[in-house]
Amino acid sequence: MNSPVTLSRRLFLIRSAQAGAGLTLGVALNAGAADGYTGATGKAVDDELAANAFVTLKPDNTVIITSKHMEMGQGTFTGMATIAAEELDADWSRVETVSAPSDSDTYKNLIIGMQLTGGSTSIANSWTQMREAGAAVRQMLLAAAAKQWQVPVGELTTDANQVIHGPSGRKATYGELSTAAAAMPLPDKVTLKDPKDFKLVGKQFLPRKDVGKTDGSATFTQDVRWPGMLTAVVAHPPVFGGTVKSVNADRARAMPGVKAVLEVPSGVAVLADTFWQALQARKALDIVWDEGEQADFSTAALLAQYRELAGKPGLEARNDGDAAKVLAESEQVIDAEFAFPYLAHAAMEPMNCVIQRTDKGADLWFGSQGPAWDQVNVAKVFGIKPEDVNINILYAGGSFGRRATADGNYVTEAAHIARAYGQSVPIKLVWTREDDNTEGHYRPMYVHRIRAALDEAGNVTAWHQNVVGQSIRGLDENTVDRTSVEGAANLPYAIPNIRVDSHNTVSPVAPHWWRSVGSTHSAFAVETFVDELAHAAGKDPVEFRMALLRDHPRHRAVLQLAAEKAGWGKPLPEGHFHGIAVHESFSSYVAQVAEVAQNPDGKFRIVKITCAVDCGVAVNPDVIKAQMAGGIGYGLSPLMFSEITVEKGRVQEANFDRYRVLRMNEMPAIDVHIVPSGEAPTGVGEPGTPVGPPAVANAIFAATGKRIRQLPATEFFA
Amino acid sequence: MPVTLNVNGKTHTLEVDPQTPLLWVLRDHLQLTGTKYGCGIAQCGACTVHLDGQPVRSCSVPVSAVGDQPVTTIEGAESGEFQALQKAWQDLNVYQCGYCQSGQLMSAARLLADKPDPSDADIDQYMSGNICRCATYDRIRAGIKQAASDLATEVSA
Ligand code: FES
Ligand code: FES
Repeated sequence: MNSPVTLSRRLFLIRSAQAGAGLTLGVALNAGAADGYTGATGKAVDDELAANAFVTLKPDNTVIITSKHMEMGQGTFTGMATIAAEELDADWSRVETVSAPSDSDTYKNLIIGMQLTGGSTSIANSWTQMREAGAAVRQMLLAAAAKQWQVPVGELTTDANQVIHGPSGRKATYGELSTAAAAMPLPDKVTLKDPKDFKLVGKQFLPRKDVGKTDGSATFTQDVRWPGMLTAVVAHPPVFGGTVKSVNADRARAMPGVKAVLEVPSGVAVLADTFWQALQARKALDIVWDEGEQADFSTAALLAQYRELAGKPGLEARNDGDAAKVLAESEQVIDAEFAFPYLAHAAMEPMNCVIQRTDKGADLWFGSQGPAWDQVNVAKVFGIKPEDVNINILYAGGSFGRRATADGNYVTEAAHIARAYGQSVPIKLVWTREDDNTEGHYRPMYVHRIRAALDEAGNVTAWHQNVVGQSIRGLDENTVDRTSVEGAANLPYAIPNIRVDSHNTVSPVAPHWWRSVGSTHSAFAVETFVDELAHAAGKDPVEFRMALLRDHPRHRAVLQLAAEKAGWGKPLPEGHFHGIAVHESFSSYVAQVAEVAQNPDGKFRIVKITCAVDCGVAVNPDVIKAQMAGGIGYGLSPLMFSEITVEKGRVQEANFDRYRVLRMNEMPAIDVHIVPSGEAPTGVGEPGTPVGPPAVANAIFAATGKRIRQLPATEFFA
Repeated sequence: MPVTLNVNGKTHTLEVDPQTPLLWVLRDHLQLTGTKYGCGIAQCGACTVHLDGQPVRSCSVPVSAVGDQPVTTIEGAESGEFQALQKAWQDLNVYQCGYCQSGQLMSAARLLADKPDPSDADIDQYMSGNICRCATYDRIRAGIKQAASDLATEVSA
């Protein structure tokens, strides 16, 4: 098993004499080698060392792992470090993780093809890359020790930042060997560990590597402060598609601390010494808006349109057999329609970005999720080259998809402000919560209509699902967007006739991916409807699903595990009810059992969610459990409370007073179980999110006989 | 008119609009950026600091209302409760993005000072003013309980 493998991507070695720090060894894997990329070796000199390495060893025996993925709470700094440190045999307490700079060639996401954190791909695409990076450095350390001690490499072992020669009892730390190791030739083959020898991968608990988050010292975009820095806030149009007709900024300009008032494409920007001054001046702006064509836009009218479309044929997203015919001929047809509102991401840290125009290009500091996009979008504003846009990637205070903006959005706005201001000073663009929540880039509204036929024996003979909503990827009305129909078009249930239709609709509101994307709505529609079919067929919801999942062993395994751990079918306390759901997204499989309890006033409390997950090799069980719990909590808000509505063009839920989100007293107990697996690891950031809501809705059905057809289902929760 | 503030044991005299919320004075004038902005309307708790030992939403306290009441931010928090919580937060990997956690810790520190052995219901009630969008609530609950039990052991030892 642990035989040498040729490196899948060319390694390059970086040797650097850092002032006063001795020699540092760094190794990076040239991710672009496969497509002829040759630039990295040339760049990797001297002080660019740390910037280009995945693994850096310092003479003080510190191991620095560079994460090409940004940390937004999902634990990727810990994940990247675990994988590399495993193969390196590093001492976890001596491992630190830092963020990669913007450099899409070296740090591209190997699944997506550019530098981007998203789609729950970080661990999946880095697994082999980070293993090889760690293993290569370890091999060089062994070679250095063998040479120094004049012993065969085969007699050497490693453990916790040490090379050990058993026969003589000699030991040296990685730090001590780093200089000698840096002079060793780069291995062209590395030996990866047999998984049975893993010490860190799969370990139940490792302290996280995104540090400074319990004493206020971690730096978020919001916290960046440079000498002479100005803070910008922007007055945005009150309606979608509005523009500035005229602005009188006399009063604002005269206010203390105000440095400039500038028109930018997205509105009117105020620059001041402090945030509060900028905000006060924004209030003093006299702006006449041209409200444009969407001044009367309302989500209620849009929903009515969607409901109508849900009864009409759309684009074919899947067509097995002849669902229409079987439905037309069947005696028992069940028909249901589901409506889902717009949702804001409402990351705890509202969007923000620090930018400074420099002689050559631009420097930025923020929680950039898609640096490759952000570089291009900023470059366009200034008319410069994307590689001259240098992004320092900071911790993000949550994102849930929000910061991965292909269209630039708040980043482009920051660049326009810097361009309009002209001077080379650092500018921090700050969005207020209201700016953030009302700007759009929402999880789009959707309507699903599902019709299914049951025969006399309770077999599902046909399934027709119609999905109506905006294409997140901006596709035209003739092209199916797989993000609209994921979770529906790939329905895992064995039904002979399946038809899935998709309608791409038009709305003035910018659509965006929101933690688990299409599954945010498809899992709810599919899993509550399957539950309904089980009841119509007179079967137990678990057994009913198990039979229909006969070709999907991984679905079955999580379903069974969740049911078993939750005590499915066993008696519950008086007034408590169970519901279950199973769903695959981003190649991870999740089943959840919800236990709800009805209060004397008829409202429900979600007592507990038991979750089973199969995400392949469990790299960091603790991070997986955290992501399941966090994903569940994130998904419950839109089941219970959250929605964005628009009336007369204006968003009605601008802040947490009206955009209600889950709080401590509403969080259920969480019990996560991980299916042991040797499959390649897959993501966990998103797959926990879509499964809780249908499980809870099914439990509420068990209690009340009522089906939830529209979210949020606030009436059940107070 | 200059405003005098006592923050983390130090006295500062500042030229600032007296209507400025304490949050922005801490962040923009004193560079104490551990206290976060999340909503500005006393809804999320990210900006929680202690005013004379009591947790307040600093986004909604004008600096002129502070007077001589001492202000404690995450940077200056050092009570036994706070330290026990900080340790529990690390021992249990409570946080995710971390953005809400200064506020969570400041609220939890006061909870433990008032109720050294809080029940689930106490925690739910006391902590429901602090939103965590990463939904680390179950671990916050566990962290508070661990800190409580650590403190109890210390006292009895
Ligand atoms: S920022 Fe003060 S409570 Fe939200
Ligand atoms: S840890 Fe991210 S908001 Fe609480």
